Amino acid sequence: MGDTRHALLGLSDEDVIEMYRTMLTARKVDERLWILNRAGKIPFVVSCQGQEGAQVGAAFAMDREKDYLAPYYRDVGMVLAFGMTTKEILLSAFAKQEDPNSAGRQMPGHFGQKKNRILTGSSPVTTQVPHAVGVALAGKMEKKNIVTLTALGEGSTNQGDFHEALNFAGVHKLPVITLVENNQYAISVPAHKQVACERISDRAIGYGMKGLTIDGNDPLAVYEAVKEAHDRAMNGEGPTLIEAMVHRMTAHSSDDNHLLYRDKQEIEDMKKTDPVVVMTDYLYEVGLLTEETEESIKQEIDEAINEATDYADAAPYAAPEAALDYVYEQ
Amino acid sequence: MAREEITMPKLGESVVEGTINTWLIAEGDHVNKYDPIAEVTTDKVNAEIPSSFTGTITDIVVNEGETVEIDTLICYIETEESDQTEETVEPAEQTTNEASHKETDVSSMKKRYSPAVLRLAQEHQINLEQLVGTGKFGRITRKDVEQAIQHGVPEVSTEPSTTPAPSSKIENRSAQTQQRTSTGDIEIPVTGVRKVVAEHMVQAKQEIPHAWMMVEVDVTDLVNYRDSLKKQFKEREGYNLTYFAFFAKAVAQALKEFPEMNSVWAGDKIIQRKDVHLSFAVAKEQDLFVPVIQHADEKTVKGIAREIHLLSEKARNGKLTTADIEGGTFTVNNTGSFGSVQSMGIINHPQAAILQVESIVKKPVIINDMFAARHMVNLCLSLDHRILDGLICGRFMARVKEILENVNEETANVF
Amino acid sequence: MAVMTYIQAITMALREEMERDHKVFVLGEDVGHKGGVFRATEGLYEQFGEERVLDTPLAESAIAGVGIGAAMYGLRPVAEMQFADFIMPAVNQIVSEASRIRYRSNNDWNCPITIRAPYGGSGHGGLYHSQNVEALFANQPGLKIVIPSTPYDAKGLLKAAIRDNDPVLYFEHKKSYRLLKGEVPEDDYVLPIGKADVKREGNDITVITYGIGVPYALQAAEQLEKEGYDAHILDLRTVYPLDQEAIIEAAKKTGKVLLVTDDNKEGSIIGEVAAIIGEHCLFDLDAPIKRLASPDVPAIPYAPLMEKYYMLNADKVEEAMRELAEF
Repeated sequence: MGDTRHALLGLSDEDVIEMYRTMLTARKVDERLWILNRAGKIPFVVSCQGQEGAQVGAAFAMDREKDYLAPYYRDVGMVLAFGMTTKEILLSAFAKQEDPNSAGRQMPGHFGQKKNRILTGSSPVTTQVPHAVGVALAGKMEKKNIVTLTALGEGSTNQGDFHEALNFAGVHKLPVITLVENNQYAISVPAHKQVACERISDRAIGYGMKGLTIDGNDPLAVYEAVKEAHDRAMNGEGPTLIEAMVHRMTAHSSDDNHLLYRDKQEIEDMKKTDPVVVMTDYLYEVGLLTEETEESIKQEIDEAINEATDYADAAPYAAPEAALDYVYEQ
Repeated sequence: MAREEITMPKLGESVVEGTINTWLIAEGDHVNKYDPIAEVTTDKVNAEIPSSFTGTITDIVVNEGETVEIDTLICYIETEESDQTEETVEPAEQTTNEASHKETDVSSMKKRYSPAVLRLAQEHQINLEQLVGTGKFGRITRKDVEQAIQHGVPEVSTEPSTTPAPSSKIENRSAQTQQRTSTGDIEIPVTGVRKVVAEHMVQAKQEIPHAWMMVEVDVTDLVNYRDSLKKQFKEREGYNLTYFAFFAKAVAQALKEFPEMNSVWAGDKIIQRKDVHLSFAVAKEQDLFVPVIQHADEKTVKGIAREIHLLSEKARNGKLTTADIEGGTFTVNNTGSFGSVQSMGIINHPQAAILQVESIVKKPVIINDMFAARHMVNLCLSLDHRILDGLICGRFMARVKEILENVNEETANVF
Repeated sequence: MAVMTYIQAITMALREEMERDHKVFVLGEDVGHKGGVFRATEGLYEQFGEERVLDTPLAESAIAGVGIGAAMYGLRPVAEMQFADFIMPAVNQIVSEASRIRYRSNNDWNCPITIRAPYGGSGHGGLYHSQNVEALFANQPGLKIVIPSTPYDAKGLLKAAIRDNDPVLYFEHKKSYRLLKGEVPEDDYVLPIGKADVKREGNDITVITYGIGVPYALQAAEQLEKEGYDAHILDLRTVYPLDQEAIIEAAKKTGKVLLVTDDNKEGSIIGEVAAIIGEHCLFDLDAPIKRLASPDVPAIPYAPLMEKYYMLNADKVEEAMRELAEF
């Protein structure tokens, strides 16, 4: 088994099973959130479905003990890989006090958890990219040998902050990896109306950094690209821009009807390249997964999600006056 | 076992309603928690909505194709769980300390005069020492000084007012042109009941397209009958048997037969009221009150006379409660008591019409080509033309006329 | 104690803080070798090296945003906007990010960044080298806005801003840079953020102001004293959030209040000060609250006559103070 793809990338069997488990958890958590939304239990969902491979593949290539993460709102798979739990995501969806992201102050999808080095995020897109650069700068100044991973959608690469941050990182050769999860839609506007260049990664040359476009549906391909970028960053060779081609398998959010701007066939076709399926097939191929083990993993995840849902549903809200806390240090 | 309600979820920010496209289940079906039960369309999304419980669907309340507001009950489910964790999620204990509220210093407010109070007192030579402040901690308010200017320095009295709060309040849209006052003019601040009446009238007149009609009724028999009972009634019951009670009774009876008249305008619909609650006006100096005779159609003439007596007393003594003025479905107005023979009432919003009972006048009338001296009365009806048309109102008025013209010793019983 | 200018006091504060704490660093345009366009970072590059006195690309949102990231990591960045007028591209980072980081994470993260910016008219700056921007940020809970009016305050408040665990906007009036001189102690001291400071005691009128308004009011007060009027002068020092207690106390002291700013009048900081006085001091007022501010036009015109007409100066303040004193 020494020459399997994952072994050649330096991943153990346990590692790839763990990647699979994380992707599947992200998918199933997301599906649960939609059900809860449609049942009127939670007001809002913004989805990761179709992007779990890119998220988990990238996160596993980082040092999850010391590296920093500046994710965007779809990165359920990424934050799970960095240590956030299913229960914590559900608590956030229900806006309960125990939610570690914001204690119910922010909409779901606005991740942040200091103990896992996940920077707190906001709704205006791309503001997290300069932050990731700032952390990389600070880590370099402090000689901590850390790398920062930040993610965003392809639409967000049009923001000034993308340009300003990547240029800054390029000039100062900072250890930051920018992962563009190109799902080809900015809500309803297709990629060709967002950018005139062929690939988002074409922009890298303008910032003096390496840029590459990869298949984001293949977690191992993403792992490989991010691992290389990580090595370069650790060697002082500076930042990398990685464009992972993915599909957004759901509407933009629970408030969106994507049939208004794309047809059923297109949505149906995405299932053929579903990263969860790609990963499952791979594990069967290399003999790491059987129907029995797959079923038992699924069951474990379902149980955890059911438990997390009940827990979060019953958990208390923050007291109303908690709205006044922590404007400043107190 | 527990019977749970499934309601229309809020599917999307700013969404207020949803349409049940298709039920995916039928009554009697068993569903698991999170199974889809219906396809719903909203302005933003189309979605399958899941069940929040495991159990058996017992009743479907909203039909396919129906649009209902969010949180509306759409079906019932009989669940197997006996121990429901109800959604009474208590907020977590507040751990941080709140800023302590500083108590305003209590004693010092009596002699703290605002610039407005000082100016008024100076201009009208009011000695502020003699006033009792109605503000917090006894502060003399500008209104206190204005009252003193108008009515003189009052005796000490701070009875709480029983004046009902206005049911609806609208902005005074009339252009507030600055009127100058000349020497000798008196400025009367518009406050209290007068203000409420003003707002109510403006709303009614601006909102309701009023139409008007009048019928003349021969009440000679009614007058004779009532006059024959008047003295004995007063002695026995202790209050007057007024003509107005007969009119109110007749209107209540006709309203029961013409429910269209007994309705209110509710924007996108008209609501016909089952019960007949008659409002009537009572004036007291500058104030106007409109108490309500509840279930007037179920009361005798005597019962109505009694209600009118009691409610009028209460109004004049400022003792009306909110219950006394609520729920009117139609208004009768005794304009005849002022000697009026014809008037155009303003509808008591949101009712559909108001009927003015004018003065009973003895005058020559031609009956069978001969002059006869008859007691005649005009009944004037103002109607909301959004709700009512001439035809129905004409029929209603003809019916009231018919009832009144047939009140006599043989037909009527005041008790 | 050495007598020094306002800008020298700022440089001194930066140097002392960088010497005290290796987490403190400076970033901005031209802050390195050149020492800043106003020379506020003079000598720091030589002393601390290019990494801690970082010349950034010309991109204000990145200066703020990268600083915010470093601050979240735990460093103490002092970001410089070359002119307050050019802070606009960074507004999203300052308002959507810095001000909300503690609140939105329920105290999990915080953002101890200081953003310095020279502001205000100091002569031929035209529309875009002379603006007051404090009011733009003064309804963003989570931010603190400090504007010192003396060299002594400049040092003590900048050191406090750098040590503060929340984001602080530190605005320096350009006209103060070399005009104002004063004694500044060599030793380490900090002044409290959020506290106003009585700059002059008096009984006839109260002047509440900040920044360049303070030296103008002090100068005018000298003249009025000769005429028999004694002015009480309160320097806000922190314009957001305001020191309500000090404002109320100062207003009550004389009952006649003049509020002064060099910003445009409508929507300015002093409007909020007036509201506080209106809410709390009705029974102590002896005159209508009076405001002196610049006209409501976008910014200072370049031509000298229009510029002079627009700009606040000691004469205008003196006239307004006299008028109120005579009321």
